Amino acid sequence: MIVSRTLLALVATAFLAAPAAAQEHGAPQPPAQKWSFAGPFGKFDQAQLQRGFKVYKEVCASCHSLSLISFRNLAEPGGPGYSAAQAAAVAAEYKVQDGPNDAGEMFERAGRPADMFPHPFPNDNAARAANGGALPPDMSVLAKARTYERGFPWFVFDIFTQYQEQGPDYIHAILMGYEEAPKGFTLPPGAHYNKYFPGHAIGMPPPISDGQVTYDDGSPQTIDQYGKDVSAFLMWTAEPHMMARKRLGLQVMIFLLVLTGLLYFTKKKVWKQVEHA
Amino acid sequence: MSGHSTYQPQSGFMKWMESRLPIAGLVHSSFIAYPTPRNLNYWWTFGGILSFMLGVQIITGIVLAMHYTPHATLAFNSVESIMRDVNYGWLLRYLHSNGASMFFIAVYIHMFRGMYYGSYKAPREVLWILGVILYLLMMATGFLGYTLPWGQMSFWGATVITNFFSAFPGIGEALVTFLWGGYSVGNPTLNRFFSLHYLLPFVIAGVVVLHVWALHVVGQNNPTGIEPKGDRDTVPFTPYATLKDGFFISLFCIMFAWFVFYTPNFLGHADNYIPANPAVTPQHIVPEWYYLPFYAILRAIPNKLLGVLALFGSIIILAFLPWLDTSRVRSARYRPLYKQFFWLFFAVCIGLGWLGSKPAEGGYVLAARVLTFYYFAHFIIVLPLLGIFEKTKPLPNSISESVLKEGVPLGAPAPAPTAKV
Repeated sequence: MIVSRTLLALVATAFLAAPAAAQEHGAPQPPAQKWSFAGPFGKFDQAQLQRGFKVYKEVCASCHSLSLISFRNLAEPGGPGYSAAQAAAVAAEYKVQDGPNDAGEMFERAGRPADMFPHPFPNDNAARAANGGALPPDMSVLAKARTYERGFPWFVFDIFTQYQEQGPDYIHAILMGYEEAPKGFTLPPGAHYNKYFPGHAIGMPPPISDGQVTYDDGSPQTIDQYGKDVSAFLMWTAEPHMMARKRLGLQVMIFLLVLTGLLYFTKKKVWKQVEHA
Repeated sequence: MSGHSTYQPQSGFMKWMESRLPIAGLVHSSFIAYPTPRNLNYWWTFGGILSFMLGVQIITGIVLAMHYTPHATLAFNSVESIMRDVNYGWLLRYLHSNGASMFFIAVYIHMFRGMYYGSYKAPREVLWILGVILYLLMMATGFLGYTLPWGQMSFWGATVITNFFSAFPGIGEALVTFLWGGYSVGNPTLNRFFSLHYLLPFVIAGVVVLHVWALHVVGQNNPTGIEPKGDRDTVPFTPYATLKDGFFISLFCIMFAWFVFYTPNFLGHADNYIPANPAVTPQHIVPEWYYLPFYAILRAIPNKLLGVLALFGSIIILAFLPWLDTSRVRSARYRPLYKQFFWLFFAVCIGLGWLGSKPAEGGYVLAARVLTFYYFAHFIIVLPLLGIFEKTKPLPNSISESVLKEGVPLGAPAPAPTAKV
């Protein structure tokens, strides 16, 4: 008894000492935003995805590729809700390289719904050269590829609250996080200070400013709104079947709850004849 | 325990079959008439849950393999194409990736249950050792599978883990080159990992057959840790255990579905959605959660070779548990001191897991060393000594007596098996 208590105390001391000794390095936590697609009944807001797509097309697309997304995806269920004709019209705005033709030559043609979004640069080195050495990441799964440390006990609560929006929160925070570097912080040449970026020195210059993209639906034309819209759009590109997933999830849950209940009462009835501890 | 078959074939065909291949009789004696202790609690349902999860993993895995491309330049995008363009591909992939975690949750509960109730003691040593082999095979399979999406964590996790073998003096470098099929983790590595990831689950299934066979020879342990002494102590597997297992499998599936449908990426790493890049090392290379305690043990030891030996030793030592535990009483119910040390050991394992997820610096390393020491001390010092010095509580005379003690009079003896095939 005494032995195990002493050991328990030793373990507890080790635990308490650990975080204090470990160096805290990193950025403040991105503030959590309200997302229409959060939670078990979450749905993408079609108007928001369309606005976010506009922001991507007019701002992000000049440096960031979207290589896993094809134009047809824009018209698929659970997405921004364009018609097939609208998706084809978007595709036709792009020039896509095709070929070789019968003469053995590559040629350019207007995009078709089955085409992927073309890359803004011919290759990664060209992208680096045009961006001061930093490679703008592909945006297709960016909303799932970025996160931040939630820490104990929050990561445990996240299972129950189903908080899965670290990625969009982080992307929105990055867009909002540009500010003057504090005194004593030396920025490497060509870098910019961002409150939420790990290490604070980000290669990307502030990408967007108030009023830069025109919205037709009267939504505020602010960085905050642009950030929310493009983050929602990127969540959709990262997880295009999210709405189908949550819808099926509800059906599966109802089925399992009923099945479990029936099994429980069947088991109880069968075991009623048998004494057991 | 399973005894001779009481199966009586009814139809002409079944009679014909039974005299040629008595497979129906085997199924009947193993899964219908098989006597199980009447006092098993829900911790005993995890064997069934594990069989169920193995089935889920094999079925989803076979379909995923139809759509996956094991090539260094194509693997990442083929997984994304499964998520986007394959019908219900997202469901298959999330079932498989979360299924691996569920498999490990179940196996850890199953193992801790075995430890708490002393299920490894004679005559169940071989049963327990087969379980340790299964656990090792699961760890290998899980690791191989995690490399397949070829994201950053896949690549760097594979690099870190395979580098363990370079610690062996003399042959280390050659061994690692052999494992990689080259001088770094690359396409040949991915190809062989895919091949082995497809192979090992069937090896697991084979060892599961041996595990269940050994179980049916010696019979199940039970919360009292004393052997059943006759029909009054047991109930037939069907319907009693089947329904109990079925109920808990269904309950387990609710948790499984919660992760799959609502928090499918919670147990993964965001970095694995970045394609593998040999030129960029992630800030923290962290294995999947189910390896974290062992990762903490590895990093707690300053010497690489000793660290690797400690890592393997921490798993191999489980195989010697039947002989390290010197107590003649199985169940922690009647071992007041062991019960405390069991929970302390449990807390140490959780603590090591938490430390495994933290960077190896400062106080974390110190804490990991203390807990690593205790992990081994539990097996080498605590268990052998407890068996000698611990004053155990008196054991009940039989399972039915312990059930009776709960204050309810014993009803009719368990009905005889009534199955008809």
